[in-house]
Amino acid sequence: MTPSTIEIHPTADDRRVARLATAAIVLTIAEAAIPLPLPGVKPGLGNIVILIVLLRWGWRDAVWVGLLRVFASSLLLGQLFAPGFFLSLAGSLTSLATLGVAKHLPRRWFGLVSLSVFAAFAHIGGQLALARAWLVPHDGVFYLVPVFAAAATLFGVINGLVAARLLRDRIAVPAGAAKR
Amino acid sequence: MNPRLADWLALLRPGDFATLAGALAVCVVSALLLWRGGAPDKAIVRAGGAVFAELSLAQPQRVDVPGPLGITRIEVEPGRARVLSDPGPRQYCVRQGWLSRAGAVAICAPNEVSLSLSGGAADYDSLNY
Repeated sequence: MTPSTIEIHPTADDRRVARLATAAIVLTIAEAAIPLPLPGVKPGLGNIVILIVLLRWGWRDAVWVGLLRVFASSLLLGQLFAPGFFLSLAGSLTSLATLGVAKHLPRRWFGLVSLSVFAAFAHIGGQLALARAWLVPHDGVFYLVPVFAAAATLFGVINGLVAARLLRDRIAVPAGAAKR
Repeated sequence: MNPRLADWLALLRPGDFATLAGALAVCVVSALLLWRGGAPDKAIVRAGGAVFAELSLAQPQRVDVPGPLGITRIEVEPGRARVLSDPGPRQYCVRQGWLSRAGAVAICAPNEVSLSLSGGAADYDSLNY
């Protein structure tokens, strides 16, 4: 094989982020096969991975995994730079920003379910804000807010419970990881 | 309690219940604020093209509207209204029954009387024949 002129030396961190992003992408692609009654209402199973990454490896890795998921899954679904891509990018950015703030909540009182519900609401909030500003410049989009809020509540709780359970039963959190 | 359910519940912390309550409150409040457009606030009665009466839908009442053929009787109950009787030959407006959504219209064309419900967000902008 011809030696490449560009050498990329991935670090252990890079490999870990790539592996975790793959898990999130797989869940997002699998979920795209589920027929849903309304565009925008979906379980967001990839967020389970992001919640686990946030608690286990910190916010920086969660942002990497979250954004890689948006780009790679829309590339695979043929959605890159389509309106749906920008909607999920806006949702991801707001929900990652919210997670960055919400992770400072006292862990004794607020578990992963709270983080998950906050992230889910931030996700629909970001999407609706972009949709109102760009795609549907009319207040009619807010007619669907109750549906989106109900979906965010339901799937936020389910994703949070699954992530909390996986963290408790399957993934050991090393001492010191919580400090990040 | 079912031990499997208890196992899931053990993952919830006290603040999570507060978050959940807040999320449900957002759902209910947004639905109440955004989805009340269908409720009418008053009934408008027209005779011969001019507004004959604007009736509040708060309390029950009956109104007799004179037209070229005779008296059309309108009945109002809280939140809804109907044409109770009409001298027209085909009785379409009577058979429409109770109107309860903003924008709904019953027209008694032979007697030139119409009953329509108005509200914050009507289902129709206008109707033309």
